[in-house]
Order: sequence, then C-alpha cells, then structure tokens
Amino acid sequence: MAQRKGNYTILFDDPPSVCASSAVGGKKEAEGPLGNMFDMTSDDSYFGESSWEKAESRMQKDAVNKALEKANFSNAEIECIFAGDLLNQCVGSSYGLRDLGIPLIGLYGACSTMAESLTVASVFLESGAINKAIACTSSHFCSAERQFRYPLEYGGQRTPTAQWTATAAGAAVLEKGDTPPFVRAATVGTIEDLGIKDANNMGAAMAPAAAMTLKRFFADTQTNAENFDLIITGDLGKVGTKLLRELMQQDGYHLEHAHTDCGLMLYNMEKQDVHSGGSGCGCSASVMCGHIFPLMRKGQLNDILFIATGALMSPTVVQQGESIASIAHLVYISSQKTGGRVS
Amino acid sequence: MKMTPEEYDRLSKKASPNSPSGKNITMAFLIGGLICALGQALSLLFQNNGMDKDTAAAAVSVSLVFLSVLLTGLNVYDNIAKVAGAGTLVPITGFANSMAAPALEFKSEGYVLGLGAKMFIIAGPVIVYGISASVIYGLIIYLFKLY
Repeated sequence: MAQRKGNYTILFDDPPSVCASSAVGGKKEAEGPLGNMFDMTSDDSYFGESSWEKAESRMQKDAVNKALEKANFSNAEIECIFAGDLLNQCVGSSYGLRDLGIPLIGLYGACSTMAESLTVASVFLESGAINKAIACTSSHFCSAERQFRYPLEYGGQRTPTAQWTATAAGAAVLEKGDTPPFVRAATVGTIEDLGIKDANNMGAAMAPAAAMTLKRFFADTQTNAENFDLIITGDLGKVGTKLLRELMQQDGYHLEHAHTDCGLMLYNMEKQDVHSGGSGCGCSASVMCGHIFPLMRKGQLNDILFIATGALMSPTVVQQGESIASIAHLVYISSQKTGGRVS
Repeated sequence: MKMTPEEYDRLSKKASPNSPSGKNITMAFLIGGLICALGQALSLLFQNNGMDKDTAAAAVSVSLVFLSVLLTGLNVYDNIAKVAGAGTLVPITGFANSMAAPALEFKSEGYVLGLGAKMFIIAGPVIVYGISASVIYGLIIYLFKLY
C-alpha cells in the first residue's frame, strides 16, 4: 500500500512501472532540438482535422494509440485512463479519447496535468483497484491562443516573458510490472499565489508553487538536489527557472547543477522565437514521454524528480483583476524499483 | 523562508526582461512611417488621376484596409506586426487586421455565432469608445459655439 512520508509525500511500496510512452508533436516542435524524440509529427497544424480543437484531440488519440502499440496492449486491457488538457471542459481529452472505450478519469491541473495524471494513476495502481493505466495530456498552440489570448492572425507583439504553448501530446502506459522506470513517490502541491497578475509572465506566477512542492519533498524525504540525477520542471521557461533557483537558494537548496526545464528543452531558444520558452500540458508531457522516460529505460538517467507546474487561471478571472493561482505536483521516478535514498 | 507578495514582486521584476523598447520604437517608426508614406503616395496617385482630395482620402483608406485584410488572410500581416508593433497597429491597417483576424479564427464556430458574433471582439471597444469620445467632442464644440 502507498504510505505517507512526512506531511505531503506519498511513497509507493510496489512502484508502478512506466512500461511504454509516446509523444506526438507539431512542425515547430519537430524542428526543435528534441525533434527526433517524437513518435509522430505533422507538418499540418490541423493534423488533418477541420478545427484546432479537433487537431488537439487527434494528437491525444494518436499519442494513446502509439503508446498502446509500443506496450503491445489492446484498449480492452487498459482499465483506466487519466487525462486532461487546457481547453474549456477538457474537450481535448474527452473528444480525443471518446472512441477508445476505456474508462476515463478527467483531470484538470493546467500545465501540471502530466505529473497529476502520473500521480493519480500510480495511486490507483498501488491500491490494487486497477492493473494497467494510461496517463496522458496534450496542448495545441492554436487552440490555446484563441482561448487564452488573441486570434492567430492578429498582429500583436509578445513580451519577452511570454511563453509559447507547445503543440504536443504525451501518453504513458503504467502497469504493475518490472520494466523501468518506476514511479516511486509523489508530492501533491498546494495552490500558491504570490500576487503575479501578468498573464504574459506565467513562469513568474508558477515558480513559487514549484519551489514550495520541491522543498516539501526534500523535507519529507530528507534529501536534497545532490541526491538526484535530474530535477526537471514542466514549463517555467527562462524567467520561472531563474526565480525557482533563487527561491530555492534562499532556503539553502542549490539547483544549478541538477535542474532543467522542459520549456527550455523543447525549442531552440535562440532561433525559434519562443521568448521565455515552451509551455502547455504537452510541453512537459512530450519531453517526459518522448525523451526522459526512454533515457531512463536505457539506463542513462536513474533518479529524477519531475515537477510539472500549472497556472490555474482563466481569462475571465484575470480580466476581473485576480492574480494567477498556481500549482505544482512532483513525481519521483527511478530506474530502480527499490532501494536508493527515498524509501 | 516565507516571502510576501511585495518581496516576490521585486524579485520577479528583476528576473523578467523588459521589452526591447529601443528596437520596438525604431521599427514602429520605420514601418508605421512606411505605411503612411504608402498612403500619401496613393493619395497623390489618385489625385493625379482626377479624384478630388476628399474622395482620394477615402480611396486611400479603402486601399489600405484591403491590403491589410489581404495580408491577414495570407498569414503575412501578423509576421510583419511581430516586428512593427505599434507601427502596424496604429494606422487603419491595424483596425482592419483586428477585424479580419477574429473573422478568420472564429469561422469554425459558424458564420453567425462564430464569425459574425466574434468579429468585433478586438475592434469593438475601439468603436464603442471612439464613438463615445466623438459624441462628447461634438457636444463641447456645440457648447463653445453657443457663446
């Protein structure tokens, strides 16, 4: 059974295995430094569909089908799928997955959804309620722009702190098994808000949430940054990364040598005009499912902390003058099923 | 360490780069100026071909609006605006773009509730406050002329 460790952390006794994963991406993502990690990419930002929302659903469906194919499972073998996205009412997931016939638990954690879905899936698996699950999420630049910002062809200028919503999806198949990597622990975040109101500076809004969750994990497990090969945040971008490191440093944790951010990895920061970096559920989902999990399976990375950060705002509340509430969930993933510093 | 919103505001301002104003203002001046020069050239051209000054002015507006909408439809306008900023926003081209862009974007929700309803989503406030301001301006002129 899962156990509590400290005040916030859940340890898994029989850690679920991430036995297969897949990533789907758009054209810009395929042209980025991690372009080769994608199982499928499309030069057409509509992915052959007739609207941006349908395109996003298509990506999520493709990611799940690809992950199932890699795991060699049929739809019927998956007992539950944990999915979410950025669109109103999470239609990216529900319409993408409606033909699959797999029980669905819809999640909303904004860009923290990948860590959230891995956590919830792991708890379900650990409890014995299910034996095979999928965690997946997606985002699409065009569907996010029209919902949160301006029409695509509108001639506006972006500020240097703005981030670029990734057109990408990631899906991970989890089971009770022995294929590395394993989800060993999770820390569910609290809602943090230090008063940032600029919707073009999500990194600054989300950094305090990431710092809080990370500090709680370190305190609960009596570890620090040196105990892990990699600490990877979801989509803090340049500004959020700088702020996270400063916030951690104030409490004596030095991340400089172990930390990176999916939003800084997905695009070429000099050439691809993404300002502060990538963002969106699909950003961390595709980097984790397409790049990090395969590296762990090959044994090139052993112990990592994945902290996905989400801004829980809507355009309506921001227009009403509210600040941007944020959340960050952490999962500790290891290539070893037992042992190590956290147990 | 517990941080107050004020302390964090200072920290985040320090970490957030400012917009490159020097570059933005220069590009806005150059490209905005170029659009205005194009307008002037068209005006002269129309007048040389027999239009009176007022008709030529209206014809210039129509031409610039047409060009702006055409470039918006060809996915070019936003790429120019990314560099030009206020240079493409302030002239009548910006107004045309702000109506053409949502019209294209929201076509997927249908011609009535999508395109028709959402077309003014950006230009709407400009029209509302533009007309309101002109009414007030008219009233002031009227009052001054009374005495």
